[in-house]
Order: sequence, then C-alpha cells, then structure tokens
Amino acid sequence: MKKTLIRVYDWVNDRVHLEDLVEFLGKKYVPVNRHSVWYYFGGVSLFLFIIQVITGILLLLYYKGSEELAFESIKIIMSKVTFGWLIRSVHSWAANLFVLAAMIHMFSVYFTKAYRKPREMTWLTGMLMFFLALGFGFSGYLLPWNELAFFATKVGTDIAGVIPVIGKPIMIFLRGGEDVTGATLTRLFGFHVAVFPGIFTVLLGIHLVLVQRQGMSEPLAHEDRPEGRRVTMPFFPNFLLRDLLLWLIVLNLLAILAVFFPWELGQKADAFAPAPAGIKPEWYFMFMFQTLKYIPARLFIIDGELFGILMFGLAGLLWTIVPFWDAKSSRGEKNRLVSYVGIFVVMYIIALTILGWQS
Amino acid sequence: MSQQNEVQNPGKREFLKVVLGGSLAAFTGSVLYPLLMYLKPPKYEGLEVSTVKAGRVDEFERDSGKIIKFGTKPVLLIRTQEDEFRAFSAICTHLDCTVQYRKDKGVIWCACHNGTYDLTGRNIAGPPPRPLDKFRVIVQGEDVVISKNV
Repeated sequence: MKKTLIRVYDWVNDRVHLEDLVEFLGKKYVPVNRHSVWYYFGGVSLFLFIIQVITGILLLLYYKGSEELAFESIKIIMSKVTFGWLIRSVHSWAANLFVLAAMIHMFSVYFTKAYRKPREMTWLTGMLMFFLALGFGFSGYLLPWNELAFFATKVGTDIAGVIPVIGKPIMIFLRGGEDVTGATLTRLFGFHVAVFPGIFTVLLGIHLVLVQRQGMSEPLAHEDRPEGRRVTMPFFPNFLLRDLLLWLIVLNLLAILAVFFPWELGQKADAFAPAPAGIKPEWYFMFMFQTLKYIPARLFIIDGELFGILMFGLAGLLWTIVPFWDAKSSRGEKNRLVSYVGIFVVMYIIALTILGWQS
Repeated sequence: MSQQNEVQNPGKREFLKVVLGGSLAAFTGSVLYPLLMYLKPPKYEGLEVSTVKAGRVDEFERDSGKIIKFGTKPVLLIRTQEDEFRAFSAICTHLDCTVQYRKDKGVIWCACHNGTYDLTGRNIAGPPPRPLDKFRVIVQGEDVVISKNV
C-alpha cells in the first residue's frame, strides 16, 4: 500500500514538482500567543462552509424550487426521504453556526487589528465573503416558502427599495416583479445555489492563498519581540491536527443540534394572510430589525426607514474599509479609537438582539 | 516601413483608433444590452382589477377584519362595531408586510415592526410613514363589493 502511494507520489512529482509544496508546508509555522485561540475560527468557518456545500447538494436532489412545490418538497424531504430530516436540519443549523463562526472570526481579526498592512486584501475578501454569507442566509431562508420566510423576504427586499434612485430597480430585480411571488423564489434559488457559491469560491481561494502566502498575523505587541522570544508551532502536523480535532467537535455539536432541536418548517406562505404576530428575522439580522422598530416615521427631513438603512449602509462601509482609515495600526502603533468603535458595535449588536428577542 | 507610414499618415492611425475603438464599444454594448434587459422581469397583464365581490354581508361579523384578494393585492375589509364596512390596502406603508385587524385594541396593526393605524387608515404609532390606501365599499343588497377609490 505504502509502496503504491510512493509510486503515485513519484509519478505526480515527476510532472509537477510537488517537493516545493511539501517543503513549503514543512516550513510553515503558526505563531503561539495569548490570542492564538482566535486563529481556529477561520478554519471552523471553512469547515462549516464545506458542510453547507455537501448538504446543499444533497438537498438539491429532492428540493423543487417553485411556488407550488417548494414547501411540499421540503415536507417530503423531512418525512419521506431516508435521513432527509437530518440533512435539512444540519443544513439549517450549519448555516447559523457558519454565520456565527464567521462573525467571531471577523471580530477577532478586527480587535487584534490583523487587517493592518500588509493584510488589507485578506480583510476585504473576508468581508465580502461575510456579506455573501448573509446573502446566503437571506436567500436560503425563503426556499422553504413558509410564512416567516415570505414576510422576511418582503421586508428585506422592500428595504433595498427604500434607497433613492437605484433602490426600486434593485427591488424589482430581486423580486422578479413588483411583489414577492414565485418569481422571487426562482431568483433567490438561483442566487443561493449558483451565483453566490461561484463568487464565494473565488473569494475563498484568494483569501486562503493570501493567508498561506503571508502567514498568520501576530498581535502588535509581539511584533517587536526578538526572533528568539517568539514561540511558534509547526503548521504541519501540529496546527492541522488541532484544526481537525476542532472540526470533529463542531461536527458533533452540529449532530446534537440537528437531532435534538430539529429545524421547523412552519406554515406554508400565503400572500393573503396577515403577518403573524411575533414575527422575527434570523438572529443575525435581529439588531437591524429592532433598530428599524425604534426609528420614528420621519426623522429630520427624510423617512425614518431610509435614515436607518443609510446609517447601517454607512457603518457597514466604514467597517469594511477599516484597514484604509486606521493608518496607526499599519504603522505599528496602538489605536484605541478602533477598539472603542469595535466594543461599541459588539455591545450595540448584543443589546439590540436581546431587546429583539424579548419583544 | 510601418514607421514611415505612421509619420506620413498620422490621420490614418487616428482613423483606425476611432473605427476599432468604436467597433469595440458597439460590440460590448450589443452584448451587454440584451443581458441587462433580460434581468428586468416582464410585466404580467390581465391581473388588473377594479372591483371585487368580497362576500355576503352576513359572512362578516361585527368588530372583525378579513383579508380579501383584490387581484394580486391583499385588501383588509373591516366591519366596525358601529356596523360600518371599511376597506384599506392591507400592505403596510412601512416595509410591505400584511396588516391585520386587532379586535382587542380596535386598531389596524402590523406584526412586522409594530406599526399601528386607526380605523380610518391613519398611521398613529410605530414606524409607518403614510396612511393605508383606502378602498370604497359598497353594500349591494346582500353583497359586499370593494372597488378602487377613484
């Protein structure tokens, strides 16, 4: 067996010079410091994305993306298809854990200022992937065509329509018409299974190549230490084995959640039923949803909702381009302002999410 | 040889630039235009309605509301405590959710963002920026008929 493997390796190596890659992996080290624990969340996000691709493809074998059949086909997946309930439940849970892991990854990179020069592009591709993850969540949420999803999609696409000038065409493009109908389901289905995965995979490739090329970022305080006092760990096999162990733990967690807290299907969407009381969006949209409830109908000279949406848009943009306005961190200096902004954002999100759950 | 040509005919190069550049622009445009127009969904005809029979008078209890299909749009028909029929567009003016009649509070309410309207359709609390669109209700014998307020 081992001989065969060596022969295969030699055959490939003869043609594409694998030894360069092997040498690179052998020399790859991961810094060890008190923030090392955060290094694992990128890997966990990657693992959950892989789970989503696999379970997503499996769901595609039975799912029917149309107004008449979507809800029924998921009912069949959950009741008739062997282990269909498990696959769907894992897909729903992994989606939530994926957003959570990506969020933790993003905030840890933000607070350790790992986005600073020379890793601006890694941060940007990461942020774009994060927005895509929210897009995955939003588009996937509609696919079961249930009541909650129907109104969430109405609100979500209407929010796009509030933006002056370009908003209305964007809304019509997303909905496939003036209203949320089967045409919307078809479009979001297409985004969810073809457009987003395609773009995401390209961004992920760039992101991973950059991480390999530049190595892990170290906290600012560690950079000044002399070479001898820097503790590191070989990537292969030490860090990789730890990564794999964590992936195994996440897989177990996922199985427990999917089995003991199966994802509900709810009521089939009805365009002529009122929005049900207690309607709430997914937790990662909750803070924005709750904020929109508090903003009055008119603020200064503009509509309250437009004001809220512009504010979130602006905040999101500033957050995305932080490597370019935080020059201090790139020079290797401490920047307390950035940390305070981050603490405020985290507290705001947590507080509004709790308020949203209580109301 | 070609260098000589260039010096002798500076206008020829400019001409080629314009022709080739123009062709490239026209080509790009003719590829992109159909693609962009394809993204715009078609308008479906034959769904415009101006009058809808909601049902018989005795189908609606006093102090209750019901969503009626008005073509593709939902309309909220309310029979008030004072035995009066009123109809409004059931689409919340805030973010497009579908509103409902709240018997306990005697108001029209949207569950999505807690918007409230009174029984004349006026926005009285929460985020809605405008009143609900009104529809006309006519009681023809035993039938309740809703029509566009023109």
